[in-house]
Amino acid sequence: MPEPANNTPLTAAMAADITLDVNGARHTLHLDVRTTLLDALRDHLGLTGTKKGCDLGQCGACTVLVDGRPVVSCLTLAATQQGRAVTTIEGLERDGKLHPVQEAFIEHDAFQCGYCTPGQIMAAVGLLNEGVPTTDAAIRERMSGNLCRCGAYVNIVEAVKAAAAMATPDQKG
Amino acid sequence: MHPFAYTAAQTPQDVTTRGSHPPHPDILAGGTDLLQLLKERVRTPAELIDINGLDLGGIDEKNGCLRVGALVRMSELAADPRVTRDWPVVSKALLDSASAQVRNMASIAGNLLQRTRCPYFRDATTPCNKRDPGTGCSALDGLNRTHAILGTSDRCIAAHPSDLAVALVALDARISILGPDGEDEVAVENLHRLPGDTPHMETVLQPGDLITAIHIPASECARRSHYVKVRDRASFEWALVSAAVGLDMDGGTISDARVAVGGVGTKPWRLRTVESLLIGKAPGPQVFKAAADRAADGAQPRGGNAYKVELLKHTVTRALMELGGCA
Repeated sequence: MPEPANNTPLTAAMAADITLDVNGARHTLHLDVRTTLLDALRDHLGLTGTKKGCDLGQCGACTVLVDGRPVVSCLTLAATQQGRAVTTIEGLERDGKLHPVQEAFIEHDAFQCGYCTPGQIMAAVGLLNEGVPTTDAAIRERMSGNLCRCGAYVNIVEAVKAAAAMATPDQKG
Repeated sequence: MHPFAYTAAQTPQDVTTRGSHPPHPDILAGGTDLLQLLKERVRTPAELIDINGLDLGGIDEKNGCLRVGALVRMSELAADPRVTRDWPVVSKALLDSASAQVRNMASIAGNLLQRTRCPYFRDATTPCNKRDPGTGCSALDGLNRTHAILGTSDRCIAAHPSDLAVALVALDARISILGPDGEDEVAVENLHRLPGDTPHMETVLQPGDLITAIHIPASECARRSHYVKVRDRASFEWALVSAAVGLDMDGGTISDARVAVGGVGTKPWRLRTVESLLIGKAPGPQVFKAAADRAADGAQPRGGNAYKVELLKHTVTRALMELGGCA
């Protein structure tokens, strides 16, 4: 949540009606302009799959896709995202079927506590959208913005490689 | 975050007009640095002006020069096939920076204007001449392992964090600036100031100035160029030392050379003495090492960062060896 405003009263320009397109649905929210995309998703839209870790762009737990590309939602002001398509972990399944990256994470036991997992999966979906080489080294480099304190990295790399082999264009996020 | 008013700029003139008058709003582009500074209360602006809706994108090549719009994102420039072919040092410096997420967000102009990673600058509870002029420098006798050894003063030893800027300085890149009084152009090398007695004044930009584009000239040195970054982790970490190098060959002789370094300077640092020691010589380990031995000329290490003197020479040598096919 945005922190209390101390004694400074909010003026009209400090709050705004902000329309967000999240997982294909449109929502108009009246928000303090300091609200990050992360807080808008979790606290105002109830989409708590996206996690708050460091809140400074360093851990990747808050990774979502904006227009198909992974970004850290904690360093993104909601007000700047109008007219863009936001995809969260809740938006990956199709007709009750998990996304290939989600399936691969289960198949390859690519998590332990699970807190970083939504961010890991969104980063991996973004990586596969770009079609970059899926060598171990390339995956490790491209996913270095997602920390896993349980240390599930070895299986995460295996899951991403498996998903790359499975993914078809219409299953992309 | 301290409360602020938010407006989205409709035209570049919105930025120059509002920016040159109180309360001098902070400009929001990619936000990857500014949001950190707002959250840590290092910046407490009364107003933000969002420039993401302005038409400042696009990468165009003409007359032997690459024009990069200020709002082009790091990942977009790094992946451009013209850049990977003719300006590889630019692509490598970008891909060695930050994380995939941050590269998708951060703008090219914002990259040049990102603030130092000095931990005292980013901790609003400690003295820092750059953040709060006149309060003192906590790094001089504090934890200064990551700090600069070149261009320092007794008021500030913070290192400039940009990798891209190092590559651009090596290649004589320039930036276009739109200000309240019109347009101007400045070399990236002259964008940043030395800290001297005024470390809070980091660039030559004036209130209301807006970077609109970056221009990177083509050259043989740009085509045969390389970036080496030495850091504590393999990825998603700032440089301890980095080197951008470019070589032009005439037969078996080096006819032109470019060397700039990062992680060691209070601004991106061009090494013209090293360049002059390469030109006219045949490339090889001895020539590269002899030139790189002058890379730390004038260095003023302070305790924790003394290792950077030798590391700088070795990093320049390694970059030249890898580029010259000797490694």
